[in-house]
Amino acid sequence: MEYLLASAIGALTAAGIYLTLRLRTFPVILGISMLTYAVNLFLFASGRIAINLPPVLLNNTPTYADPLPQALVLTAIVISFGMTAVVVLMALGAFLSSKNDHVNLSGDAADEQEVGK
Amino acid sequence: MNHWIIAPVLLPALVAAVIILALRYQVSTQRVFSVASTVALVGIGIGLLVHSMSGQIDVYELGNWPAPFGIVLVLDRLSAMMVLLTALLALAVVLYAIGSGWDKRGNHFHALFQFQLMGIFGAFLTGDAFNLFVFFEVLLIASYGLMIHGGGAPRLRAGVQYVIYNLLGSTLFLFALGTIYAVTGTLNMADLALRVADLPADDTAMIRVAAMLLLLVFAVKAALIPLHFWLPATYAEAPAPVAALFAVMTKIGAYAIIRIYTLVFGPDVMATADIIGPWLLPAAIVTLAIGMIGVLGASHLGRLAAFAAIGSMGTLLIAIALFTPQSITAALYYMIHSTLAGAALFLVVDMVRARRMAEDDTIASRPAIAQNGLIAAFFFATAIAMAGMPPLSGFLGKLLVLDAVRDHNLVWVIWAAILITSLVAVVGFARAGSMVFWKVEPDATEQTPSGTAAALPFVATGGLVAAIVAITVFAGPVTAFLSDTSAQVFDKQSYIAAVLETPRAIEAENLPLEGSKK
Repeated sequence: MEYLLASAIGALTAAGIYLTLRLRTFPVILGISMLTYAVNLFLFASGRIAINLPPVLLNNTPTYADPLPQALVLTAIVISFGMTAVVVLMALGAFLSSKNDHVNLSGDAADEQEVGK
Repeated sequence: MNHWIIAPVLLPALVAAVIILALRYQVSTQRVFSVASTVALVGIGIGLLVHSMSGQIDVYELGNWPAPFGIVLVLDRLSAMMVLLTALLALAVVLYAIGSGWDKRGNHFHALFQFQLMGIFGAFLTGDAFNLFVFFEVLLIASYGLMIHGGGAPRLRAGVQYVIYNLLGSTLFLFALGTIYAVTGTLNMADLALRVADLPADDTAMIRVAAMLLLLVFAVKAALIPLHFWLPATYAEAPAPVAALFAVMTKIGAYAIIRIYTLVFGPDVMATADIIGPWLLPAAIVTLAIGMIGVLGASHLGRLAAFAAIGSMGTLLIAIALFTPQSITAALYYMIHSTLAGAALFLVVDMVRARRMAEDDTIASRPAIAQNGLIAAFFFATAIAMAGMPPLSGFLGKLLVLDAVRDHNLVWVIWAAILITSLVAVVGFARAGSMVFWKVEPDATEQTPSGTAAALPFVATGGLVAAIVAITVFAGPVTAFLSDTSAQVFDKQSYIAAVLETPRAIEAENLPLEGSKK
């Protein structure tokens, strides 16, 4: 279980970083989404992984599943959802107004022509 | 409980909601609300600052939940000072935005502006690390909207870059917070300070990773080399009033570094003492050098102002990296100065843009602009302040920094870096100023936009310059207050005691979760 979760976080992070380093906005946004999935899983795991345990400490149970990381993850999900929507809209606006979906700001004429083809 | 502590967060949030829901299409009424809110915030800021001067640390428990379990807002001298500084800056910026007509170039300027203020004040006041993340996101999402206010392809593309960079920063922030929570089981800053200090000496690898990750996040905000790449394009392309407000955004990174790395990972914490300062100092020196060389090499006034902002962050972070009470005092003085001077510089640049053809801000000779003399005088004053020449506050700030590093073993390197980069900046500003304002093309036939001869932009910029003069003239009382502030920042016991032992309406004893997680 721990191995599975850790490798999932690792794979998502690696894919996210690779995609974030791409030139155009669409893969970069995908990469950011991957990274947010990775960080959400990571936050979830930061309260230790527990199965079939109540989220509150009861008198007759010796241990419990930490509820706080779940609240943190919920906040993080909501924020990253909103942020992704914002960045998609801005990237779309930038593409439509400049006919160029590169992330870098070279302003190079050859670069613009290549995209215009 | 002193309910005024939450007013700087609540007031802009409410005003923004009113503006966006009820006053969507009435720009003139929006202006009234926005200015009234900002003036009220200045009043609240003054009140909080006067209140904090007694040295008492006030804690506001949201929902009356006791400290390590609920979220707290903490008012001490440092946060009160930052709140007042931001409020004053916001007042100048909102007056400029109204006077120059920037707020009419797109929708929702004033609503986003108030949301941005809410995020900034929240970040300064919160005493909880996760809540700091949330307020960072509030101010960022408002800043994304403000950054692309007015639209246009170059601005949108710079905005996309800015958003992507900050989303990555936020992801890193969450990774850091997750690691901290996994190790300590709390995210309340005062509680964290206790638990990090109690960690066994042979089990500190994770917390060291978390401390460095968190430093990276704040370094992105503070535009520290090599994480500064978002800043030049963003500041140069953003609408000028927004760029001026962003002058305080980099200071939020600096504030967070001061707060977290004195309270939680302080210089007396063995686990992290040997990694923060030694990494921060060289990076800050390089930041200073890159910033000032950028001032010299800039081809546009917008870029010049952006690189001047990077350079001033370098000086500020050099002072912070030492983490001694004297160096923090110097850092705080320089922080006030560089916020005001950086913002004034962006406003002056925009005045030039507004009076040239097609908003051109190239550093080259063009036909003389309207009100050339007055704007040149403003540029001269802000350039003197930014470069650190006497008689303005930049000189005093740099002098305080130079004095504070006297006992450091790298003192000659730091002195050389600060003094040489000051010279480079003087040359850069002198070149830009003489090209733009003196070497005007004699050709008077070409029509230049007369510019809005409105008085309000001049009042706003003049107000910022007057504030720079004021902190220069009253440098004695200001540094006396800042030295008390810095002493309070290093007195972490009283901060922890204030947060964790505040008398409560509901007594928090017999809690079942004692000693375990938050």
